[in-house]
Amino acid sequence: MENESNKILEEVTGSEYKYGFYTDIEMDQAPPGLTEDTIRFISAKKKEPDFMLEFRLKAFRHWQTLKEPEWAHVKYPRIKYQDLIYYSAPRKQPKYDSLDEVDPELLETFEKLGIPLDEQKALAGVAVDAVMDSVSVGSTFKKTLEEHGVIFCSFSEALQKHPELIKKHMGSVVPYRDNFFAALNSAVFSDGSFAYIPKGVRCPLELSTYFRINAANTGQFERTLIVAEEGSYVSYMEGCTAPVRDENQLHAAIVEIIAHKDAEVKYSTVQNWWPGDKEGKGGVYNFVTKRGICEGENAKISWTQVETGSAVTWKYPSLVLKGDNSAGEFYSVAVTNNMQQADTGTKMIHLGKNTRSTIISKGISAGRSNNSYRGLVKTTRNAENARNFSQCDSLLLGDQCGAHTFPYLDVGNRSSIVEHEATTSKISEDQLFYCMQRGIDMEGAIGLIVNGYAKEVLSKLPMEFAVEAQKLLSISLEGSVG
Amino acid sequence: MVYKPEASDHMDTIQTTLIKDRLLDLFEKQQEAIRGSATPMVNRIRQHALSRFRKNGFPTPQLENWRFTDLKPLLNTEFVFDFSNKSRSMDIEKIFTCDVYDLDTFSITLLNGWFVYKNAPLTKLTNGTIIGSLAKAMEVYPELTDQYFGRAAKVEQHEMAALNTAFVQDGLFIHVPDGVEVEKPIQLINIVNAEHPVFLQPRHLVIAGKNSKMTLVHCDHSLTHNVSFTNTVMEIFAEENATVEHYKIQNKGRNSALVTNNFIHQKKSSNVYTNMVTLNGGFTKNILDITLSEPECQSEHYGLYLVDSNQHVDNQVYIDHAAPDCHSNQLYKGILDDEARAVFSGKVLVRRNAQRTVAHQNNKNILLTDDAKANTQPHLEIYADDVKCSHGATVGQLDPEAMFYLRSRGLCERTARQLMMIAFAGEVVSKINIEALQERIQHLVEKRLKGELSICDQCVLHCNSKEPTTFNIDMSKI
Repeated sequence: MENESNKILEEVTGSEYKYGFYTDIEMDQAPPGLTEDTIRFISAKKKEPDFMLEFRLKAFRHWQTLKEPEWAHVKYPRIKYQDLIYYSAPRKQPKYDSLDEVDPELLETFEKLGIPLDEQKALAGVAVDAVMDSVSVGSTFKKTLEEHGVIFCSFSEALQKHPELIKKHMGSVVPYRDNFFAALNSAVFSDGSFAYIPKGVRCPLELSTYFRINAANTGQFERTLIVAEEGSYVSYMEGCTAPVRDENQLHAAIVEIIAHKDAEVKYSTVQNWWPGDKEGKGGVYNFVTKRGICEGENAKISWTQVETGSAVTWKYPSLVLKGDNSAGEFYSVAVTNNMQQADTGTKMIHLGKNTRSTIISKGISAGRSNNSYRGLVKTTRNAENARNFSQCDSLLLGDQCGAHTFPYLDVGNRSSIVEHEATTSKISEDQLFYCMQRGIDMEGAIGLIVNGYAKEVLSKLPMEFAVEAQKLLSISLEGSVG
Repeated sequence: MVYKPEASDHMDTIQTTLIKDRLLDLFEKQQEAIRGSATPMVNRIRQHALSRFRKNGFPTPQLENWRFTDLKPLLNTEFVFDFSNKSRSMDIEKIFTCDVYDLDTFSITLLNGWFVYKNAPLTKLTNGTIIGSLAKAMEVYPELTDQYFGRAAKVEQHEMAALNTAFVQDGLFIHVPDGVEVEKPIQLINIVNAEHPVFLQPRHLVIAGKNSKMTLVHCDHSLTHNVSFTNTVMEIFAEENATVEHYKIQNKGRNSALVTNNFIHQKKSSNVYTNMVTLNGGFTKNILDITLSEPECQSEHYGLYLVDSNQHVDNQVYIDHAAPDCHSNQLYKGILDDEARAVFSGKVLVRRNAQRTVAHQNNKNILLTDDAKANTQPHLEIYADDVKCSHGATVGQLDPEAMFYLRSRGLCERTARQLMMIAFAGEVVSKINIEALQERIQHLVEKRLKGELSICDQCVLHCNSKEPTTFNIDMSKI
């Protein structure tokens, strides 16, 4: 029984990364290395307004004073920041009106991913702003969005068309001084997405962006900014896969979300960067700063994430609950396999009265991977009646992996209630026996149990995304799911 | 006559901005007095600890385990250091008697870190148990002290333990031979009574042999309201199948600072139980570091802290599951009033081969005011797959529904609150296995929660003054 289960686990967890292909599109690259000149190059290349260059340079100067953080429960060789290429864009700067004009090779890439753009278009009306190596190459459903006054475009486009919005909001949630990687991103970010939902508008479509890292040796520095004005609603989806490359690729993104009074933002992400091979060779370093702020009363932001990829993940989608009665949610499934390391979790900072937050985190570790949950819940003196509930469970598949939980609870007033619960266990023999006794084979039983375990979070994903999430989960733990 | 430490070569008053340098300087100057009768082995360990202290100094809030606990303001006092041997024979009952009336114990007293005894510094009971002064034990039983001393205290990771080890002179020594059950609890009373701000570093070594059984009751008291800083290290070794119960009651003055470093090393099938009750104490940091080195250990740890005004209590628990089939359990509960702050940082490490581990960790806090703060970090680090681990933490207030229930039955708000707080604390108090002690602590907790407990309650001399005043020991009688 034990041996068999181990064998199946090995098979299940031993599958190779399926999305490892490399699209050969010509690149326009900055020379490797990072100096003020590189930043001026990027800024000039993108024809940015002056305030942007100023911002980048300030961030760069600050970054130079910082040291790479070491507190996370991950180990990786030191990154040589001077060897990286900080800008790479597809050479044919395309400006398409329809998908027909998009480079067919690119379309093929998406098809290999199983979610071709045109299928996406058909699927429940999803507007897709596909980002391939930093520059947006195709946008759909722009018209519908325009009719509602919703702005959804690439970050560079927004800089050209709506510089005042960018200037007002950029860096207001994640200042460039925030941390080492945020400073780096602020200095060299290449592109990203910008979404603006005007007052009282319920965004008619689910906004979606697909990110891909493509060229070798390229740092990918995305920047996303979502602004939801009073009373608006938007559901935003981001997903990523990366092709197999031998050298580690650095991904240091920033996501900023601002929700004003009565606004609601639902942010969902599936992350499947290349995790490296079985021996831990290669793979993406994913050092991301994601933060949202519930600026006004009754605002709500929810994060839902499915993390299956990356060699090293360092990611804490956080929320600042500033407005009274605002609410925050964090739902996460993190799967690590082989030599993957994930240190992920959330921060909930309760500032306003009657603020509520929920944290549900499910970690699954297999192979020789390490999966850590690290979370902070803080209520300040003024956050009367703040309420938090956290649940962080870990599931261990195999005896070579690690699952860790590092919660921090800082409570500063008497009327708030903060609760944290966590359990760590392996798949129960009883549950396995029960399933197998009913004629389900070992593989199917493991799949069933893992699926059920993650369901609480997967059910929070938008429908279109849930399909992909399940797919990724099943690739990470091949054969056990779906 | 009032006991005044006389000026001597072994004494120095130091300015604490440079307290580390001065300590190192003092060590150089008074090496002979400090080394005293310690065995060469102990002195070697001392030398290593000193080099660690020289390198790391005092812990700072930059360290993960000291994030919310800053020693700096406490060290900013002109402390008196006294390295001359003050262990002596005296009738300790004249100054202090424990008032757990029905508790029949072997009682041992440390006064300002020095061993105080009635007859001899080291007693051997008929069953072979040795109880007495560590300094004396190093003279008489060097083979025992050398075998165990410093083997559990991790001076590499713990800055304060390194400091204590570097300056170790005296403290409690207990050795329970194989197969012996010590019928009465052994009680250690740690008294701080000095006119000057003292900096004390007692050191305790407890060895429970194979199949042995012992209970240790450890009380920390201060009799004066003077500033004091105590940094103790206790090493407990539980050999195969040994059972050790360790109760700690802390009831100290508002100006006292206490850092306790407790290291427990457990061998196969051993059973260790600790219960720490902090009723009063200006500043308290309790470090509990447990290594479960062999299979089938049981390790249970309870804590209760009731703090108010600007008291600070920090409980740091680290359990290293290094062997399979061990069970550990932690339950720490606290009630915080006024501007008090409580920190709990628990960590359970389950190593790769520690399969079938069961580990639970729980921390519950009640905040009574908006100025009280609770910081809790229950951490799990797990590398084995066949484990059952859970942790939980809550910070909240008294349940309004329960409150309503009690009020609707005619209880006034004050009584209802007290009743609920006593019930909250009861979960930890009820785990005390010595009946007399449990009753006494229950009583103290109730008094404490009613705001009636002062440190004078602990002393039987019952001076006529109603005010808790400075208590002077009449040295002429000793």
